[in-house]
Amino acid sequence: MCLSIPGKVISIENDIAIVSIGGSEVQAGLQLLDDVKIGDYVLVHSGFALQLISEEEAARTIELIRELQDLADDEPLSP
Amino acid sequence: MRYITEYRDKELVRILVDKIRAYRGPKVRFMEVCGGHTMAIQKFGIPSLLPDNVALVSGPGCPVCVTSLQFVDHAIALGRQDDFIITTYGDLIRVPGSSSSLEQEKSRGSDIRMVYSTLESLAIARENPGKKVIFLGIGFETTAPASAAALVQARKENLRNFYVLSAHKIMPPAMAAIVTEDVKLNGYLAPGHVSTITGAGIYRDISEKFGLPVVVAGFEPADILQSIHMLLEQLRTGNISVEIQYKRVVTPEGNLKAQKMMQDVFRLRDDWWRGLGILPLSGLGVSDAYADWDAERAFDIDVEPSQEPEGCICGDVLKGVSHPTECILFDTECNPANPVGTCMVSEEGACQAFYKYGVE
Ligand code: SF4
Repeated sequence: MCLSIPGKVISIENDIAIVSIGGSEVQAGLQLLDDVKIGDYVLVHSGFALQLISEEEAARTIELIRELQDLADDEPLSP
Repeated sequence: MRYITEYRDKELVRILVDKIRAYRGPKVRFMEVCGGHTMAIQKFGIPSLLPDNVALVSGPGCPVCVTSLQFVDHAIALGRQDDFIITTYGDLIRVPGSSSSLEQEKSRGSDIRMVYSTLESLAIARENPGKKVIFLGIGFETTAPASAAALVQARKENLRNFYVLSAHKIMPPAMAAIVTEDVKLNGYLAPGHVSTITGAGIYRDISEKFGLPVVVAGFEPADILQSIHMLLEQLRTGNISVEIQYKRVVTPEGNLKAQKMMQDVFRLRDDWWRGLGILPLSGLGVSDAYADWDAERAFDIDVEPSQEPEGCICGDVLKGVSHPTECILFDTECNPANPVGTCMVSEEGACQAFYKYGVE
């Protein structure tokens, strides 16, 4: 039930957006968010857009994981 | 970016697994609070990637699992009245109440409809002005805003035949209760989608009070593994705090518009949780301003005291005290086709997740 899916906003009419999720289109209420634009990515949950997705943070997460690789395994800090 | 596949990348998973396996400290146990995490963790086989000294345990964040049978019985009683339509998310329909389920009631003639969204419930109310349409509001801060938005809309339109029966709950009191009950934990993987609404700030008290690492986690394999690594790093460095791994949608302050709507529409009240009992100010009742749309207040109906199924230890599973396989009914009398308890009914329940994907 707490499953939410990312999708791209392809059109908006009043308070309802059509969001493309992996090829299929679903409706999402925009009542919980201000300033949603066509082309934005949103997190859709039981028929509502819960939050905008930050492209920058999404990429940064992946960078952080890649950077981990170059770090030596950390020794436990002495207590 | 599709915001899904990138985080299933084998290379990222390998980097993280190597890092986690390098952990040399004492055995630690982290709780994933959210049922969505439980499902993802089993589905992606995360436990098999972890070393012996890092364990995950499921928590109370499965909406259907913690909901009382009394609530289901209440919904059934309303559904048996003339001219009532009960609308609900699919998850609830198969939950066995004391003597029946919504699914059985439907086959006996009650008008019970599954909806994907509260907006559909509103549409049903508009199309059926002669009927009373009840939406069964269950779930945490992720689903509560959807109920709130529907109530705001109903009031705006003056739609007088739409009601919410609320069993909505909030997460932090349950997370605090588990620590106070002395369930041995070394950190929390905090619910990612709840946090998109609430913000990560709501876990600060728990982290500070109990000195417990908290990481708000996403739902893909790399998200979950990175979160586990962040928890281990907090333990290693001793810098215990609330961190956000799922930064692409979670901020410290959350979705303020949704929070405001919830504050207008709901009021905090004491509520019962399976496994944890009554927790102070952990539930969301409909506020006075929206009393006319509150099914509890609008319809005075007798509901018999409900009885929990015998032998089911779902309550202990939800607290992280017992594993599903410790239940004598697991895979004997209880399975997803014939669930005895709520932890087997729901896809997000630990019993069902483990039944479907788990390996010993
Ligand atoms: S296996 Fe079934 S009966 Fe046992 S705890 Fe889980 S839901 Fe309850």
